[in-house]
Amino acid sequence: MSGEPLVRIEDLSVTFRGGRAPVRAVGGVSLDVQRGEAVALIGESGSGKSVTLRTLLMLHPARRTAIGGRVTVAGRDVLSMRERELADYRGAVAAMIFQEPLLALDPVYTVGDQIVEAIRRHERIDAGAARARALGLFERVRIPSPERRLAAYPHEMSGGMRQRAMIALALACRPQLLLADEPTTALDATVQIQVLILLRELQRELGLGIVFVTHDIGAALEVADRIAVMYAGRIVEEGTARELIRAPRHPYTIALLKGRAHGALTRGQRLATIGGAPPDLSQLPPGCAFAERCAWAEAACRGTQPEPVTLAPSHRARCLRTDATAAAVSAAAAGAAATAPISAAPHVAPPR
Amino acid sequence: MTAPLLAVRGLVKHFPLKKDVLGRGGGVVRAVDGLDFEVWQGETLGVVGESGCGKSTTARLLMHLIEPTAGEVVFDGARVGSRDLPLKAYHRQVQMVFQDSYASLNPRLTVEHSIAFGPQVHGVGRREATERARSLLAKVGLEPRRFAERYPHELSGGQRQRVNIARALALEPRIVILDEAVSALDKSVEAQVLNLLLDLKDEFGLTYVFISHDLQVVRFISDRVMVMYLGEVAEVGAAESLFEAPRHPYTAALLSSMPSMDPDRRIEQAPLAGDPPNPIDPPGGCRFHPRCPRAEAVCAQRAPARAGIARGGVACLMHEPGSGHAAAPGAAA
Repeated sequence: MSGEPLVRIEDLSVTFRGGRAPVRAVGGVSLDVQRGEAVALIGESGSGKSVTLRTLLMLHPARRTAIGGRVTVAGRDVLSMRERELADYRGAVAAMIFQEPLLALDPVYTVGDQIVEAIRRHERIDAGAARARALGLFERVRIPSPERRLAAYPHEMSGGMRQRAMIALALACRPQLLLADEPTTALDATVQIQVLILLRELQRELGLGIVFVTHDIGAALEVADRIAVMYAGRIVEEGTARELIRAPRHPYTIALLKGRAHGALTRGQRLATIGGAPPDLSQLPPGCAFAERCAWAEAACRGTQPEPVTLAPSHRARCLRTDATAAAVSAAAAGAAATAPISAAPHVAPPR
Repeated sequence: MTAPLLAVRGLVKHFPLKKDVLGRGGGVVRAVDGLDFEVWQGETLGVVGESGCGKSTTARLLMHLIEPTAGEVVFDGARVGSRDLPLKAYHRQVQMVFQDSYASLNPRLTVEHSIAFGPQVHGVGRREATERARSLLAKVGLEPRRFAERYPHELSGGQRQRVNIARALALEPRIVILDEAVSALDKSVEAQVLNLLLDLKDEFGLTYVFISHDLQVVRFISDRVMVMYLGEVAEVGAAESLFEAPRHPYTAALLSSMPSMDPDRRIEQAPLAGDPPNPIDPPGGCRFHPRCPRAEAVCAQRAPARAGIARGGVACLMHEPGSGHAAAPGAAA
């Protein structure tokens, strides 16, 4: 890894105040993203993945959010930016696409006008040139009959087309970093795969760094070079897509993958489940947040927050029992002829 | 048993579109356009398809929440809504669980009252209904002493969906229609609820109609699967054979759109281009032909036959003898 990473998040914490008790949505996240690299943040609702992503664009309400740590994107210190700097930064350095394009796009302007507006906010360029660039973007994201579609309003487009239009809008000012919050969750299966392939192409051809948040492991594996698994506001495991699918070491990752690997859903058999529920973010335990639900947990797990253990140059897990999980995973892999990467592990704590 | 528990014949639902102020528009949405299918006692019928294929409209028609434009639903030999089977009696037998667990509960009722409400409407005494509610809460894994007095907003999504399942069971129905009932849940919670559904099916001898866009889940839970496209049946078959050897090109495309779960075997080319078309003005001939990789000229002219598809089969000219498609059985090679 040479030079500065495109994104460097160091010990990020995000706490929301204003409710009954402060909610610590993210606590101590560190993550690097290289130029041209695609990283997926996966986890369940409330794991802090979207909050982490939104911090990269500073989209949280400033008054009710306490942010700690350091976030650097393309050499800029994001957390210390003022409104005006942020406005220059958003779109031109980092841009975001959302789950619901119908909510993210403005309903009263044509998508073409929205793209032209975004370009002209950032660059001194005449309307004709901006429109020509918008047309090029529509071709780039493979919108059929792009000229006609530039003049369309968001509601006149289908779901997949709108998602492509939003990607075009995000790319309008040639950002180096594309952020995507559940970009394919609302799409049909046959359209989802089209958009995932498009993201992969853009990463490769434009050298874009991509950070995307999803709860869908399948979507993450289809696009991401590296995957970070989040639980209760922390990254509990991080590694290349291959490392995570073939040799997961954190018990939560193991449980998460077990439910979804090919062949894991066999008809007539009960599903392996993770008992219990994620902890309340306003009353986090002092130790590992997953310990209560973990079959491998020991007394030490409940006492202190495990530090990341480096398992391979790109593979880390925050777990005290990585030796035990490694043994379980490799034993299961040997037993199961390795077609299903994970069918491992004893399991799991009974539901409470 | 030789007759299906539920038989759907020629079911059609068209939603008229409003004309705009200039009097333009005013077509119809052909949400469901001539459906025939059967649900057999004790089975789980999975229904899959993309948005606009009519699967949710089908669910609402089955529940008789909306009036069909044409066609009939026959339950246990009696036509729904006829003198033999008035709607109120039918609703004791067929219940539904929706996707949005919060919107489908009354926010002002405790979960116990929500569950007991249905039985009371159907003439069960208050005390007995409450007792039934508590025992059902226990059955769906929510301890009555902790949960009975709670309001929906005090529960997590998974817990609320358990309440909705308990409520659907409160009338002791024979069929439960699950319309994307686990789709909004996190994966770990989804697995818990799917296990619960399997247990309840055994315990109460239930029959499920399981509607979902998640093919893996449908494959897991279904005995038979019906694939819908633009308001019509594309293919019906036993779950395993349909997933192992899909016959309709749409089923095949749907299956090969599922992520590979393997970073070394990523999907390089999307099986289908574009979005599912709009059911307002569906294409002529076979409705899938504009997106179909195997389409030939004849597919634009001729709709595939659907006779007998209720019992299983495929609506595709490639599988129809003498249809004129080059791949059809008996076609000159």
